[in-house]
Amino acid sequence: MTNRSTVLALLVVASVGIAGCRRTPPAAAPAPTPAPDNSAQARADSIAAAQRRADSLAAARAAEARDAAARAATQRELADILSARVYFDYDRDALRDDAMATLDQKAAVLQANTGVTMTITGHTDERGSDEYNLALGQRRAAQVKRYLVSKGIDGARLTTQSMGESQPAVQGSDEGAYQQNRRAEFDARNAGSLVRPGA
Amino acid sequence: MRSVLRSSRALAALAALLVLAPVALHAQDTTTRGVRIGLSYDPSGKPGVVVLPVSGAGGDSIAAIVSRDLDFGDRVNVIMLDAASAGAAARASVPNWALLAKLGAAAAVQVTPTASGLHVAIYNVATKQTARIRDYPAPSMHATRAWRSAVHSMSDDIELALTGVRGIASTRVLFERGRRLWEVDSDGEQLTALTTAEAPGSSEWSPDGRSIVYNTYTPSQIVVQAIGGRPRVVAAGSGVYISPVFSPDGSSIVYAHGVDDGVDIYSVPVSGGTPRRISIGRGSDNVAPSFSPDGRRIAFMSGRAGHPEIYTMDADGTNADLLTPLDIGESAYRASPDWAPDGRQVAFQSRIAGTFQVMTVSLRDRGLKQLTSDGSNEDPSWAPDGRHLVFVSTRSGTRQLWVLDVESGRTRQLTRGAPVRLPAWSPRLAGD
Repeated sequence: MTNRSTVLALLVVASVGIAGCRRTPPAAAPAPTPAPDNSAQARADSIAAAQRRADSLAAARAAEARDAAARAATQRELADILSARVYFDYDRDALRDDAMATLDQKAAVLQANTGVTMTITGHTDERGSDEYNLALGQRRAAQVKRYLVSKGIDGARLTTQSMGESQPAVQGSDEGAYQQNRRAEFDARNAGSLVRPGA
Repeated sequence: MRSVLRSSRALAALAALLVLAPVALHAQDTTTRGVRIGLSYDPSGKPGVVVLPVSGAGGDSIAAIVSRDLDFGDRVNVIMLDAASAGAAARASVPNWALLAKLGAAAAVQVTPTASGLHVAIYNVATKQTARIRDYPAPSMHATRAWRSAVHSMSDDIELALTGVRGIASTRVLFERGRRLWEVDSDGEQLTALTTAEAPGSSEWSPDGRSIVYNTYTPSQIVVQAIGGRPRVVAAGSGVYISPVFSPDGSSIVYAHGVDDGVDIYSVPVSGGTPRRISIGRGSDNVAPSFSPDGRRIAFMSGRAGHPEIYTMDADGTNADLLTPLDIGESAYRASPDWAPDGRQVAFQSRIAGTFQVMTVSLRDRGLKQLTSDGSNEDPSWAPDGRHLVFVSTRSGTRQLWVLDVESGRTRQLTRGAPVRLPAWSPRLAGD
């Protein structure tokens, strides 16, 4: 067996040790023959090189993970903007200031992501006629759509529907529950990889 | 509680016997159809009737069902027999006229099961004569749904003989519970799930009682379904489809539909076809159509004046007119109109002091009448006799169906259990 083959064997053992299991310390493989004088240095060098390669790989993976986390955070943030509910006053379909602020953010995300389409669902609280509340929910969804279209969003990307009082967000027969239930909800499609507005 | 009511009712009839028996017979002769709405009706002025004990298989059930049917009809005063009287009556081979007179009965009903069905004799206590004899077909298996229907149908004919007006025992009420449609007999029995469709909304019967129509939310559509048959979509698409009804001739479905520019009332043939818009809402919401009995007018609710009110229009959408008088002060919220079978008034719900109550408005003079005040009361639907209304009330703590006799003000609870919505009373049904 030559020195060269010994070094290669050690290198393979070391690499497998490092790559295979971090917790195992670099093992001193039993050498079949006594090592020459320069072999210790070469062995250390090769171990260091393997370590550097592993470190750089880990660094690259970490950076990738950081980027992915950042992208996921952005995705979540933008998806949250798209799904944020808007709320209404009793028996009204007029948009309040807080609703318009929410819709302005949505419009910006929709502008930056032209492939995204959305279903807008209007809901009402439990008071009043079931039948009229279905119409009121539809009117709320349509009002939201009109506002988004006024902000430059293609109306063909926006579908409206109403659930009336049939799907309350929260149970209860007090104003707190009523306010949570007088809302429009948003369901976005093709929104898997959202781009931040202005990016 | 019940026995107290029974005995007090019997006492009242007993006390009034001498005066009232001839009145009852007179009413039988002159009343041919319907009831004069708005007539002040003295509850104790109803003829006393005894349903005699019935022998044979299912006899007790027959007597109980007929008694309850007549009682729920609110046109006669059903006198319940105590055990001693029942025994005495059952032992008698001929009517015990003295006992019947003592109980305050103007008439007695004797039902006898036969090989082919049910034999009914109606006795006139004042003249001590048999007033009428008739045989009714009935299935031999008692306590089945078909058997109960046959007994209800017989009760209605007995009520016709006693009062001149056919009863409403052989009717059912359709309603929504737990995202399904259900039907229940008018006496609260035979609760049956009708559809498997998710999230049905309001529903209505066809004029012949053989089909229903309803809307669903997801998908948004109008569905016609024969009782016991499969659902068939007659209108569908984006936006909302709301509150379908049959036209009185059964040929078309009229419903509310809207996407982005308000909700209007449309008509589509039952067999399918292109929907035609009827109402001209100009962006407002127009829902809950209800036909006049002659099919020429439609009552509906509209937000065109800024708040929900009841309007009428011709069946082609022309001549729209506010039906409910405008309120001064608190903005009104009036909804869910249902045109009475006699054509003379429309029932609806109106917001009063923050909660809903059932009211009627007269077509003749636009006079309003408030019918409820206990809890929140919504979605009235007329029985085919034009005298009883079913509606949703919270008076028991949860949303349940209640029946009101608008003549006497008497109420009874029709459903119990999980909350319900949107009742629709059937026309008189042929036996099934």
